[in-house]
Amino acid sequence: MSASIDRTWLLSEAPASRAQAAWGRRYRLWCDFRANPLAMGGLVIAVVLVLAALFAPLLATYDPSAQELANRLATPSAAHWLGTDELGRDVYSRLLFGGRVTLGMVISVVVLVAPLGLAVGCVAGYFGGWADTLLMRVTDVFLAFPRLILALAFVAAIHPGVTSAVIAIALTAWPPYARLARAETLSIRNTDFIAAVRLTGASSVRIILRHVAPLCLGSLIVRVTLDMSSIILTAASLGFLGMGAQPPSPEWGSMIATARRFFLDQWWVPLIPGIAIFVASLAFNLLGDGLRDVLDPKQR
Amino acid sequence: MLVEMQNLTIAFPTPQGMSQAVRGVSMTLGQEKLGIVGESGSGKSISARAILRLLPPQAVVTADVLRFDGIDIKTASERQMRAIRGRRAGLILQDPKYSLNPIMTAGSQIAEAWRNQKKGSRREAAEAALDLLSQVQIRDVRRVAAAYPHELSGGMGQRVMIAMMLAPDPELLIADEPTSALDATVQAEILRLMEDLVSRRGMGLMLISHDLPLVSHFCDRVAVMYAGRVVEELGAGELLHAKHPYTRGLLECLPTLSHPKLRLPVMARDPAWLA
Amino acid sequence: MLVTFLIGRVMPIDPVIAIIGDHAPEDVVQRVRVELGLDRPLYVQFGIYVWQLLHGDLGRSVMTSNTVVEDIQRYFPATIELATVAIIVATLVGVPLGVLAAVRAGSKTDVGIRILCLAGHSIPIFLLALISLLVFYANLGWAPGPGRADVAFEGLVPVVTGFLTIDSLIAWDWDSFYDALAHLAQPAGVLAYFSMAYIARMTRAFMLDALAGEYVITARAKGLSQLRVIWRHAFGNIAVRLVTVLALTYAGLLEGAVVTETVFSWPGLGQYLTVSLLNADMNAVLGATLVVGLIYMALNLLADAAYKLLDPRVS
Repeated sequence: MSASIDRTWLLSEAPASRAQAAWGRRYRLWCDFRANPLAMGGLVIAVVLVLAALFAPLLATYDPSAQELANRLATPSAAHWLGTDELGRDVYSRLLFGGRVTLGMVISVVVLVAPLGLAVGCVAGYFGGWADTLLMRVTDVFLAFPRLILALAFVAAIHPGVTSAVIAIALTAWPPYARLARAETLSIRNTDFIAAVRLTGASSVRIILRHVAPLCLGSLIVRVTLDMSSIILTAASLGFLGMGAQPPSPEWGSMIATARRFFLDQWWVPLIPGIAIFVASLAFNLLGDGLRDVLDPKQR
Repeated sequence: MLVEMQNLTIAFPTPQGMSQAVRGVSMTLGQEKLGIVGESGSGKSISARAILRLLPPQAVVTADVLRFDGIDIKTASERQMRAIRGRRAGLILQDPKYSLNPIMTAGSQIAEAWRNQKKGSRREAAEAALDLLSQVQIRDVRRVAAAYPHELSGGMGQRVMIAMMLAPDPELLIADEPTSALDATVQAEILRLMEDLVSRRGMGLMLISHDLPLVSHFCDRVAVMYAGRVVEELGAGELLHAKHPYTRGLLECLPTLSHPKLRLPVMARDPAWLA
Repeated sequence: MLVTFLIGRVMPIDPVIAIIGDHAPEDVVQRVRVELGLDRPLYVQFGIYVWQLLHGDLGRSVMTSNTVVEDIQRYFPATIELATVAIIVATLVGVPLGVLAAVRAGSKTDVGIRILCLAGHSIPIFLLALISLLVFYANLGWAPGPGRADVAFEGLVPVVTGFLTIDSLIAWDWDSFYDALAHLAQPAGVLAYFSMAYIARMTRAFMLDALAGEYVITARAKGLSQLRVIWRHAFGNIAVRLVTVLALTYAGLLEGAVVTETVFSWPGLGQYLTVSLLNADMNAVLGATLVVGLIYMALNLLADAAYKLLDPRVS
């Protein structure tokens, strides 16, 4: 099958099967998405970052924790592409391994938070009544505190480290998802097609899982992508304040924290991980923005 | 002639290419009542808005001739357009719930329109607003003037809208489905009010609607639009002699009390009409 | 309240040891423990905590050995001063930018403003602060270094409001005023950019929504000028929603202040909070978190109230 046949199959006005219709719809979304250069840029950067983190051991030129005290705080050169830090460790290799820590934290938070928020929101929105009141009160309590400060207090209460940072961020990140899913569910719940499904005798669980949750997914994906950048920033801030990943771990935020005292003279040492954070966060923001335009056009 | 339009086309860009919404519409309007009838998406509304250049910026408009009282709309400056819009032509939209500014009182919206052209003081404008409200047969003018749009009924809101557009004494009134959002009884009242005002002031009226019998009752001439073209133009009395199959189809789909039918026919569309 | 309390009590660092050091003899430790009421069950401790809270007593900070209330009174004005200046600047720049982007939606101006805003969302605020120090303080020498005032000016102006800029104006001390302003410029600028990005983005989204409204077509059909259509009709309709955004942004600034204050050594509540955290100064952490939480909630309520007051549609 040549490309043109694929395209006509995908863009067919009269799809022959459900699969063809579904893939046609996805292909059209992809066409819309591709037309947005900013979003494509974000996607490319995000993919490159994920690949770089996955293949860090192959791409790294040095062991990220190998110290070379004679050659500390070196300027970028052929041997050390991005220079060395205060213990003579290769910044480029640390950056790659740091990406694993950062992206790992982001993914863990999202995996914990998105299903939880979706479940809480759908249940609260679908059943209403006391379940709604109770769940939303709990949500409000968490929303009442600024995210970073609550996360800081949580981490301090457990003890500083990657795991507690993930838990702390997750604990502070789920309420907006619940709110969003609830709002979507409320608007879906009273539509005629849900009434029709209910008339055919479908159970509440089936309605929520098969009809309500999938419709919330679009805005949820957008929200998750945009949120990834803020998770990256919160994680980095925690690291920077000494409450996230602990040195010698090559987490980007803590790399800046330890190199901060050299900032006025060897400014590139803390600046390079800072740029990494900025690029990663920007990539997810661009991607999320583009996804929103495609998946959720009403909310531009 | 108030409005002259020849071979008007309007297109909108979409990811799949340009979408032709209006494909060569020609019409003229003097001091008369012209009805434009067609289904949703037939291009009637945007054709009328093109006269006031009120289309979204991405719309691509071309025409051999597009004039308002001899002024070329295609080349007119924004300043000239503003002089036409407020002073010489008014536009009434479908649903006053959306077409009135929700955070301004009815009175201040009318006063704003009046002041924009007549350059009077605030007090004069407020008084003019009350006078205009009484002209559209509102009894409790002070209460209505002080009310916000969401506090008014649909019929009241549409009267406010009419009063606002009549403020600068325009020569042309474009009414874009002015009664579609209203109850049937209120519809008749609003139409009678508009007819009265238009004929008393000697204005031209362009009435856009999807209700063929209503328009033919009310207007001197009727243009029937389908898929971006005028398929038929009729004098109001000649409705029964309509030739185009689309117009005939529309008429046949109407239930009547005098000749009841067991089953209403379904509209059959011929792809040839699109050509 | 319960949340802050629990956070404090499950801290792994024993507060007793934090006070007297870990070499104290066992009987001293026991005595201090009883003195602090830490030997009683958790719910009794919580009861006592709430009781004290209701009487405006947040306990005593181990680090500064002042009461936490005193400490907060001392550090809080600095944060408020910083956040207020930041939000004023952010609003004055962000709102017009957002409106401009919406009016020119799809143009190069719009794309430029969008990128500017996305960058503001994406840059870690401490990086921005560090870069600002490097460029304006170390390289260009335009701005003074970290802190709130030069040593020469410290303590010169009598404290009236706690806001250094206003206090120096009250004292008619222009040198102190300029010094305070110069020190304020950098941290406030960094925070302002951060919140400007959010404000401009929300303004743009709201404006796009408003400009698509039928009443905007009505306003144009009335022959009003473009400026009046945009500002009186479209913007008038989003002003109320923007007030909510501003309240939330202001609350968010308190969060940004934690990091910014640390970088600029700004003696505000944020720095107080981080230093207390690192020193496991439980009462101080609890107090500061509680105050921030209360302000956050108060701002939310205020935004709701503003909505009801300003929007004729909500009765």
